[in-house]
Amino acid sequence: MNTNKLLITAFATTILATSSALAARTDIDIGVVLEPPHLDPTAGAAAAIDEIVYANVFEGLTRIGPDGSVQAGLAESWTISADGLTYTFNLRDGAIFHDGSALDAGDVVFSLDRARGEESTNAQKGLFDAIESVEAVNDDTVVVTLSRAQGSFLYNMGWGDAIIVAPESAEGNKENPIGTGPFRFTNWTKGSSVQLDVFDGYWGNKPALETVTFRFIPDAAAATSALLAGDVQAFPNLPAPESIPIFDADPRFTVVIGSTEGETILSTNNGKPPFDNVLVRRAMAHAIDRQAIIDGAMFGLGTPIGSHFAPHHPAYVELVEIYPYDPEKAKSLLAEAGFAEGITGTLKLPPPSYARRGGEIIASQLREVGIDMEIIPVEWGQWLDQVFKAKDYDLTIVSHTEPNDIGIYARDDYYFDYANPVFNDVIAELDRSADEDRRYELFRAAQEILTEDAVNGFLFQLAKNGVWDTKLQGMWENSPIQANDVTGVSWTE
Amino acid sequence: MSDANLLATEHDDFRHIVRRALQNRSFVVGLVITLTVITIALVSFVWTPYDVTKLVIADRLKPPSMTHWIGTDHFGRDIASMIMEGARNSIAVALVAVAIGILVGVPIGCWAAAKRGAIDEVLMRGSDIVFAFPALLSAVMITAIFGPGAVNAIIAIGIFNIPVFARVARGAALSIWPREFILSARASGKSDARITLEHILPNIANLLLVQGTIQFSLGILAEAGLSYVGLGAQPPNPSWGRMLSEAQTMMAIAPQMAIAPGVAIIITVLGLNLLGDGLRDVLDPKLRRDR
Amino acid sequence: MFAYVVRRLATVLTTMLAASLIVFAVLQIVPGDPARLMLGINATQDAVDNLREQLNLDDPLHVRYLTWLVDMVRGDFGNSYTYSVPVRELVAERIIVSVPLALLALTLSTIVAIPVGIFTASRHGTATDTATMAATQFGIAIPNFWFALLLVYVFAITLRWVPAGGFPGWHEGLWPALQSLLLPAIALALPQAAILSRITRSALLETLHEDYIRTARAKGLPARRVLWHHALRNAMIPVLTIMGLQFAFLLAGTIIIENVFYLPGLGRLVFQAIQQLDLIVVQSVVTLLVAAVIAVNFLVDLAYAWADPRLRSRTR
Repeated sequence: MNTNKLLITAFATTILATSSALAARTDIDIGVVLEPPHLDPTAGAAAAIDEIVYANVFEGLTRIGPDGSVQAGLAESWTISADGLTYTFNLRDGAIFHDGSALDAGDVVFSLDRARGEESTNAQKGLFDAIESVEAVNDDTVVVTLSRAQGSFLYNMGWGDAIIVAPESAEGNKENPIGTGPFRFTNWTKGSSVQLDVFDGYWGNKPALETVTFRFIPDAAAATSALLAGDVQAFPNLPAPESIPIFDADPRFTVVIGSTEGETILSTNNGKPPFDNVLVRRAMAHAIDRQAIIDGAMFGLGTPIGSHFAPHHPAYVELVEIYPYDPEKAKSLLAEAGFAEGITGTLKLPPPSYARRGGEIIASQLREVGIDMEIIPVEWGQWLDQVFKAKDYDLTIVSHTEPNDIGIYARDDYYFDYANPVFNDVIAELDRSADEDRRYELFRAAQEILTEDAVNGFLFQLAKNGVWDTKLQGMWENSPIQANDVTGVSWTE
Repeated sequence: MSDANLLATEHDDFRHIVRRALQNRSFVVGLVITLTVITIALVSFVWTPYDVTKLVIADRLKPPSMTHWIGTDHFGRDIASMIMEGARNSIAVALVAVAIGILVGVPIGCWAAAKRGAIDEVLMRGSDIVFAFPALLSAVMITAIFGPGAVNAIIAIGIFNIPVFARVARGAALSIWPREFILSARASGKSDARITLEHILPNIANLLLVQGTIQFSLGILAEAGLSYVGLGAQPPNPSWGRMLSEAQTMMAIAPQMAIAPGVAIIITVLGLNLLGDGLRDVLDPKLRRDR
Repeated sequence: MFAYVVRRLATVLTTMLAASLIVFAVLQIVPGDPARLMLGINATQDAVDNLREQLNLDDPLHVRYLTWLVDMVRGDFGNSYTYSVPVRELVAERIIVSVPLALLALTLSTIVAIPVGIFTASRHGTATDTATMAATQFGIAIPNFWFALLLVYVFAITLRWVPAGGFPGWHEGLWPALQSLLLPAIALALPQAAILSRITRSALLETLHEDYIRTARAKGLPARRVLWHHALRNAMIPVLTIMGLQFAFLLAGTIIIENVFYLPGLGRLVFQAIQQLDLIVVQSVVTLLVAAVIAVNFLVDLAYAWADPRLRSRTR
């Protein structure tokens, strides 16, 4: 009898164990490189914020899909007036915030007014530039009036900086983000991870995952080992391109090399001699061997670019060969500019490996033609203060990951210190145009001007080195926007 | 405790010490290793197999071969050449840090021993305070505030050598002061400073030499740690610690990149430790029996 | 004993005060306005003024120092700028990683080192002794972070016995948490064990040559009994001293190992805070760590004096 009991227990245990193994997993640990300073995408420029909360915790009127297209978000549908100035958004039924309060038109008015207001700390205030007024017609309808037609308005409303928040919880979003997304924030272990749990009151389809943990792993080596050891099951953008062959050879992992919006450039201080001299900048362009940088720093992953534009965009112009790698040409251009005896300066490098490794290669290539740059490694905080804000630099390497951001070259006082009225006119017209053909023409013209002026050293388009467990599906292959949208991710077994 | 035995005794003549040294296995092995490492570092000033500032991307991640004895790194640089130049950096940083410790610490220690009383108390409490700072953490703080680089690494490591030498010098000097020959020097009217220079220092030199060797080896490890976290020598100057941090992710595809600098550090530190142990034994006849 | 404790305690407090003054002073020489530095060039004057007020930057230096000190003693370490939460919470989150890690490393190193020390001392002069001592020389010479890399490669990546890094948190259970501390603890313990076994061995050898041991032997006590009962107890004093120093070192000296294994411990907290120029965190946590080191040394001194009454009078 005892034996029987034991057998039954054993049998039951086996069944239990098997059935739990059969039920698909509902949790995931995702590796991300940077820990965000806080979790409010409307109050900070850090991509690390969006990479956790975008689409997962917070939603906007529209959202950007995996292919970069504009999709319906909290606005179920919208109509645009014939002159392109009035947008009428119909909000979702049943959308509620994680604290239980219902989403209404007032929240939308509040969010957009807050983002574009004078007191706004929004990092992308420019997205809301064209808005003249935001009005709630009734609880479910919002009318946005623009001061000028803006071709990219619906796209702009899909950015993380344009998410909808509630007035009651907006102030606390940095530490305790409260949005309308399918996941709610549960826990943030500082220095280690952020945990999200599924939100039962979500208006749309319930996601397959129930618990999502984002783990911060800044170090390339630690990232590689964390994946191999199973501590994280996905790294949407692995900071260690050198490890890709290891994962490629391992059947446990899927490797997807996708595209990002990251133009990796050798940013040059156009306002500072001798780099204000276009001959010097062209000489540098000839001194740089892009393929060597891609091979040496990114282990072959990356596409060379000749201007500040993503190669997968339909309006891309191939300009790589305008300044082919030619050290002799570089030397003669330098001599022509009056720097035959060489140039010295500094090259400030932020932490990512594309910058640190790429910087060593570029410094070595520039040295060949007589440009001797001292390498100064900086942390992100220092980079933002010294380079981005104070323009205290000669050269730096950084990847500009915002989508379609060629307009930054028209900004006054931007850290490149580049000013070209012709270029500014092109961008101004671009902002006004809604016609796609005309927009593409203008995009092409803008690319060509930047190449002509050799504003920065245009290096390569950053690849998205996605590595995840083969049993996962629904991970984004490309990064059309700064996000790790896991709402469609599931385990296959 | 037993360090007092290290103080020179009158009947130790030089030839005697050399004979004893050559019979001491630790000393001989340690000396050979250390001299080899130093020679390699010196040779790197005039010759390395390849130029380490030149990146040859096409030759990257090559395994060891006849042309590249330890292979190449991810930038196509010759690892053997980098190890050679890295030796230069490690030795320079550790050696200057020891020099700072001796030049500042020994006078402080001798002064405290000569004056005793309040001055002694204050100086030694001061060294207690420095000891209370976790060395590596503080070094990270110093280099982070004043910027990364070999010079700041030297200062950060050097500061922590100061109280070490101050204590050793003080302890040893204290035990010399009551001796008869000091008393007679004093009776003849010599000043404290002169007695320290003429009588105390020569008698504690052995001890300082041994301590110097130990601090030298600790300095090599500390420098490796600082460079590993990116606060030591900056590119393009090779350093063992940075080579290790770069090698980490490439363990699977290019293990030579991680193994070579690690082995270089171990051999150098091992050589210095053996040399230090050997020196201690050689200069201290009593201990030789026991250990 | 009481008088001795009071005297030592006074010294400890003075040392702590002086150390806090040094930390405070070092962070004052950071170039520029700390508030501006922390907030960035584009920050509004309002925000800078607010932070200046929060940091009491407009008060005279001595007032600021005293306010900070009094707050620290009360347990108020200020607010982290980067995370905008009280530093005390950050410290509390991390101390439960750092202290267990240090204890685990110390335990590992002790259970290996003391038997090895006793074993080699009892076989003094044999080939085993020589070989073991040579091995400890290697143990001392190996950089612990390099050893850590090898451990990760072998046990985490190749064999997959333990995680390669990270810390699941104690709420995940004792075993998963301990598992993730195991490799870092081993990496930290190796050089410590090498040093400790050498100390144990030489302390034992030294006491074995003391007169009373010779007497005990002469009286015909078996060698084993002499070793275990007499020599060992006396040799433990220097061994305990070194263990105390090692624990103090482990508390704060794990900064690199915590980075290799990306453990959210105190060392990494300071390392990140330095990089993010979160000066409030740096100032408070460094002071706290220094205080911990001083406190541990004090306890070791007490234990020492308790074990060896002669010392109490000697240090007068």
